[in-house]
Amino acid sequence: MSTPDAPTAAPIEVATPWRRLDPRMLVIGPANALVRLLPVIVILLVTGQGDVTRVWIAAGFGVLVVLGSMLTWRTTRYRITPDRVELHSGWLSRQRRSVPRDRIRTVDLTAKLLHRVFGLSVVQVSAGAGAAAEHSGLSLDAVSKPEAERLRRELLDRSPSAVDAPVLPPVQELARLRWSWLRLAPLTFSSLAGIAALAGTAFNLVDDLGIDPREIGPIDDAGERFSSTPIWLGVLLILAVLLVIAVIGSLLLFAERWYGYRLTREVGADGSSVLRVKRGLLTRRSLSVAEQRLRGAEVSEPLLLRAGGGAQCRALSTGLSSKDAQSGALQPQVPRPEAHRVAAAALRADPSEITLAALRRHPRAALLRRMTRALVPSAVVVLVAFWLGWWIPDLSWLGPTALLLLPPAALLAWDRYRNLGHQLTARHLVTRQGSLVRRTVALQQHGVIGWTLRQSVFQRRAGLVTLEAVTAAGHGGYVVLDMAAGDAVALADATTPNLLP
Amino acid sequence: MEPAAPAPQRPDPRQPPLRPPAHQVSPRALRWWQLRALVTLPVLVTPQVVVLTLVGSDDAGWLWGSIVGTVLVVGSYAALVPALRYRIHRWEITHEAVYTLSGWLVREWRIAPISRVQTVDTERGPLQQLLKLADLTVTTASARGPVKIVGLDEHQATELARTLTETTQATPGDAT
Repeated sequence: MSTPDAPTAAPIEVATPWRRLDPRMLVIGPANALVRLLPVIVILLVTGQGDVTRVWIAAGFGVLVVLGSMLTWRTTRYRITPDRVELHSGWLSRQRRSVPRDRIRTVDLTAKLLHRVFGLSVVQVSAGAGAAAEHSGLSLDAVSKPEAERLRRELLDRSPSAVDAPVLPPVQELARLRWSWLRLAPLTFSSLAGIAALAGTAFNLVDDLGIDPREIGPIDDAGERFSSTPIWLGVLLILAVLLVIAVIGSLLLFAERWYGYRLTREVGADGSSVLRVKRGLLTRRSLSVAEQRLRGAEVSEPLLLRAGGGAQCRALSTGLSSKDAQSGALQPQVPRPEAHRVAAAALRADPSEITLAALRRHPRAALLRRMTRALVPSAVVVLVAFWLGWWIPDLSWLGPTALLLLPPAALLAWDRYRNLGHQLTARHLVTRQGSLVRRTVALQQHGVIGWTLRQSVFQRRAGLVTLEAVTAAGHGGYVVLDMAAGDAVALADATTPNLLP
Repeated sequence: MEPAAPAPQRPDPRQPPLRPPAHQVSPRALRWWQLRALVTLPVLVTPQVVVLTLVGSDDAGWLWGSIVGTVLVVGSYAALVPALRYRIHRWEITHEAVYTLSGWLVREWRIAPISRVQTVDTERGPLQQLLKLADLTVTTASARGPVKIVGLDEHQATELARTLTETTQATPGDAT
């Protein structure tokens, strides 16, 4: 084995030596691959009954896997030059990835269980996806924990002098886990994912062990008793069981995701600071967002969570993709005041200046528009249902049942209107909308890099406009729905003076 | 639907009080939109005619109706909408911003500051090449931000792309 900074054909810049991934990957790589191959090998060995060729085939697989990961390790090199991060990998097909350092937005450290056992961490560097070149980043799988920590600081801090300084930057704690938040965990839709995950795992386990559930006495008994009970009781029972599983699943999921949660602000030597979220029970995660990349915060409240008085705050930062639901989450589901407090701490502003600002209501025409948009489709459904019931006598119950759609639709529309609001505070543009998921977004005014105004034929008649503030962070644009036409232009003009024609 | 008046007039409170951008797109864009609509006509009608000849006109009389309907809809679209679009679509590039107005059912005003422009592309489809037209796309750091001016004269588009690129290269930073 060569040392990490052995001269491995680095032709262009002699100044920055190439580095290797941690040698411990020579153990983890094969271990991961072997775990995945384990079923095949076990089957080969068990069914072989001591057949020598099968043992050899299994051994061959093992050797191939080990050789493969050695090769991966040998051929993967990375280095950090003053202005780029470069990663070369591959043997037959060589890959070269390079990310300009001034485009780096976030640095993510992830350590799965096996990585943690060996004290390693995966470093995920994500860069702002420029429109022209879509290199969104690269990942180093894996380096030692101190090295990961050093890289994280080096890549986010732009002053190289700060890197070698052994002193850790001053850390200010903004939030830490409180187990009382656990009560909000079942109120999220991810609890549904929790059920699926649990059921999947259990099924896999049972399936892997080669057990047919019907062969287990008690389950078989239960099945038989079940088939003799009335249907509605069975359905109720299944629902109750699913609910219990969902609750347990969501609690476990919450614990796995948010165990040891801490939100801190680290101030670097050059005065730049970084928001850092650390969390995870089995898989440790660390998300770092450079504060100069922060463009705002979003407090989101899915309906159930809102009913339970909960909310969640997310960072809007350039480089955090909006695809992943958890991306940019600064905290788990927490009581609403805590979400606003964290948003305020992250943006260094008073809550009343950002997500808790007193919002301006939207015109009554907006209510009418919400109502038509919710009621017209439901009315169509009701009409179709009545029409079907009229044609087919057996379905005559369909029409009256469909009428039940109308009150929830009207309520939804009213809630959507009630939640509409916007305000321009000292440094932020605040907008709120949505009912099933209510989102309050506070966007820094200097983070607005353009505007889109949209007006449909119907909006034209009502004198309404949908204004979208274009930004490099998060979803790329945040809308203020159905404003009065004049207000929209005034708001845009006040946010970015001298831009509008 | 009332036309978008280019000249300032009595302000309508239901319209955003924004002055329309200064320039119209190339007059040939009108021809381009019409051609584009007419090209879809054979695409829609041919399969119907094929089915009609296969089945025989006695069994599928309703197909005549749908063919006539298709021709009417596409024909009236080609007759009305391109002219409407040509009246509505406008653009302007000032020292501060790229500013466009487009859309016929949904009006869309887009404003992107010059200082935040990252890339400038021109693009020409086959029909546009025939008519010497080009689209100009101005991209900012946002995923939702591209400002597109369609149906420009190709020389004008190239010239605009060149000057815009020069301006943006002079701007430091990564424009986020």
